[in-house]
Amino acid sequence: MPAKMQLTKGNEALAMGAIAGGCDCFFGYPITPQNEVPEVLSYELPKRGRVFVQAESEVASINMVYGAAAAGKRAMTSSSSPGVSLMMEGLSYIACAELPCLIVNVMRGGPGLGSITPSQGDYFQACKGGGHGDYHSIVLAPWNVQEMYEFPALAFELADRYRCPAMLLADGVLGAMMEPAEISDDAPPPNVPEKPWATNGRNGRAHKNVVNSLVIDPYGLRDHNLKLQAKYKAMECETRWDTRDVDDAEILVVAYGISARLALSGCKLARKQGIKAGLLRPITLFPFPSKQIAECATNKKRILVVELSAGQMVEDVRLAVNGKVPVDFYGEMGGVIPSPAEVCEKIVEAAR
Amino acid sequence: MTTAMNSQDGMNKQNGGAVASEDLVDLKCVFERPKSLSDKPFHYCPGCSHGTYHRLIAEMIDEFGFMDNTVGICPVGCAVFAYEYFETDMIEASHGRAPAVATGVKRALPDRFVFTYQGDGDLASIGMGEIIHAAARGERITVFFVNNGIFGMTGGQMAPTSLIGQRTTTSVQGRDPRTTGHPIKVCELLSSLEGVAYLARVALTSPKNINTCRKYMRKAIRAQTEDVGLGLVEVLSPCPVQWGMSPGDALHHIEEDVVKEFPPGEFVDKLAGPVKA
Amino acid sequence: MLEETILAGFGGQGVLMMGKLLAQAAMEEGTSATWLPSYGPEMRGGTANCIVVLSDDEIGSPVSEKYDTVVAMNQPSLQKFESKVRPGGTLLINKSIVPIKTSRNDVNTYYVEANDIAESECGTNRSANVVMLGALQSVRQKLKPDSIEKAIAHAFESKGQNVIDANLKAFAAGMNAIDARETATP
Repeated sequence: MPAKMQLTKGNEALAMGAIAGGCDCFFGYPITPQNEVPEVLSYELPKRGRVFVQAESEVASINMVYGAAAAGKRAMTSSSSPGVSLMMEGLSYIACAELPCLIVNVMRGGPGLGSITPSQGDYFQACKGGGHGDYHSIVLAPWNVQEMYEFPALAFELADRYRCPAMLLADGVLGAMMEPAEISDDAPPPNVPEKPWATNGRNGRAHKNVVNSLVIDPYGLRDHNLKLQAKYKAMECETRWDTRDVDDAEILVVAYGISARLALSGCKLARKQGIKAGLLRPITLFPFPSKQIAECATNKKRILVVELSAGQMVEDVRLAVNGKVPVDFYGEMGGVIPSPAEVCEKIVEAAR
Repeated sequence: MTTAMNSQDGMNKQNGGAVASEDLVDLKCVFERPKSLSDKPFHYCPGCSHGTYHRLIAEMIDEFGFMDNTVGICPVGCAVFAYEYFETDMIEASHGRAPAVATGVKRALPDRFVFTYQGDGDLASIGMGEIIHAAARGERITVFFVNNGIFGMTGGQMAPTSLIGQRTTTSVQGRDPRTTGHPIKVCELLSSLEGVAYLARVALTSPKNINTCRKYMRKAIRAQTEDVGLGLVEVLSPCPVQWGMSPGDALHHIEEDVVKEFPPGEFVDKLAGPVKA
Repeated sequence: MLEETILAGFGGQGVLMMGKLLAQAAMEEGTSATWLPSYGPEMRGGTANCIVVLSDDEIGSPVSEKYDTVVAMNQPSLQKFESKVRPGGTLLINKSIVPIKTSRNDVNTYYVEANDIAESECGTNRSANVVMLGALQSVRQKLKPDSIEKAIAHAFESKGQNVIDANLKAFAAGMNAIDARETATP
């Protein structure tokens, strides 16, 4: 059946997108608000002869991902903020061992047990490492159900290309909302590159393979870190972003994921009041579109960053423009979603 | 046997285990390094039986013809470098998570032989959740578990398997059950789980016991290869350095005291018949 | 066109389904739509609700501060959401089980006996949600009736033609409910 428009829930689209992206193995532990992901995959993966395991914890989930990814398979897990916190040790190992895999975080309010309502409070955790040591994951931030479907495949592709973990950073709204999206139930299998490094049994190979994140010699570990850093630098060509009405804008709003949706509506309301506002939406949060923001900001009066957090991405925006354009921030926390009218009010304030 | 292992190591260093002297050309080779064991000298302390257990695992992999088909998972602890000693594909796991990593590998590649190698801190302390649930799910993996009742690598701290009264660097007055509980008996604990196909404990203290260990290991491997469930062999192992004993005394201590707390034997055996030749 | 609607009621009254039918119908017409449910503890007892946004343009926010239309299928929903209707907007109230009137006098209010109509037309009040959808269609004509009928046929496809027919009947009855002066405006 070819892809067709279907009214689809974000989490379900994500699950089907994982299948289309060639996910061989899913390991996960239930947590709201992403439960449709394992629910759909528990049915859809075994039907296709692929692997679904409900793990005993998020700690086990991420380590199962580590094992399956080491074995050369496209492996993933899905969770929400507190669960993703539990995975951070494993993610650090995965990054050091250079294993491609996908981690989904459908963010909810924090800190602590927090709430189950949408939030973007995990930006630092996702983009600045999260676990111990100097590492990064590629971070993709979808903003609609279509991208919830398309980004798992992109994430797997980038993860394989750079041999690193990729994270899909969504939130409770994107997970729960339905939109028309072009979804395929039987997408053709993606091209997966050869993985000669995989620990999948020697099967005639002249040498054994070892997957490891232990480099006991300081100089050896330094060199490995330099290699990782060079890789992160090389990833810059994968930077993705999107804009709406930025050319003539005096106020540039920068927001990602669900905040970008709120901001888009806010910009439209502001234009009705005669204020030229435009939106720049980072799609990759790592690598971050610093250059693109700086270029876009050159002729702008002010920048307004909108996040469902106390202000995390705003730091990267400030670094990007390096003081050349004033940067304001508007954020809500705890699962509160500001209305477009409230965003518009902040745009109006910025324009004053 | 530990001593014998050490001389084996010495031979490895000289000529990779091969006997090739002109004078011995007519002699038949009756003992050599298993092919699945690398020629890297062990880093283990004198009197430790990690090396013995490594060798036994390598022997088994050779015996079953699995060298080309095996993925091994190493622990964190003294055996953290175990990946250097086997000639099979190896993965280094984070502390305690080897059964979860093994689950990932085995589910991804069901026809490979997958084993974990874990110490008592790794398996019975930080990784208790992972081993219990891997066992409960009946993961088709084989667990080689080393119980020496102490955290060796980190400097001799109390383990969940330390004996009552045992002096360690975190129980200098001796382990007090009032504040630190009692030793965890892994085989007894896991034996209630339906997913377990084979469970046995043996003290690695004598050639006779080492032969028993081989017998148990064959069954723990068959539990996986015959698709019955999880197999685990726990070895009671000496840690002379952290116990503050000579290697000989350490072996005596196991045979006199440790076995009272951790009785050797088979706890679960769901295999149908004897080993197929 | 930008139409923002809250549909609210008890869990089990089918308010989430009402919203899905609207979004599905919009998709049939090539109109953009978002459907966002309340989720979490609120789902159990009290009010369940969803927000539907329809637009000819790309939809930004799936939520708003004020709404063009609020549908209150029970009293707690009315009390919770009546303040969310834009002045001049539309408020639909399920008169069958809501004994009170709205305190708003700046909105167009319609009282629809949704349960009673469903009972008499379909023999069960379970179709009250689709009756109300018909009433909504008759006063806020943002979508074509046959798109909603197609959405009904699609949504109940697995339950058989009888269920589809019953719901189409409920929808038709709802479309006539307000014309039939089952309502009172302020």
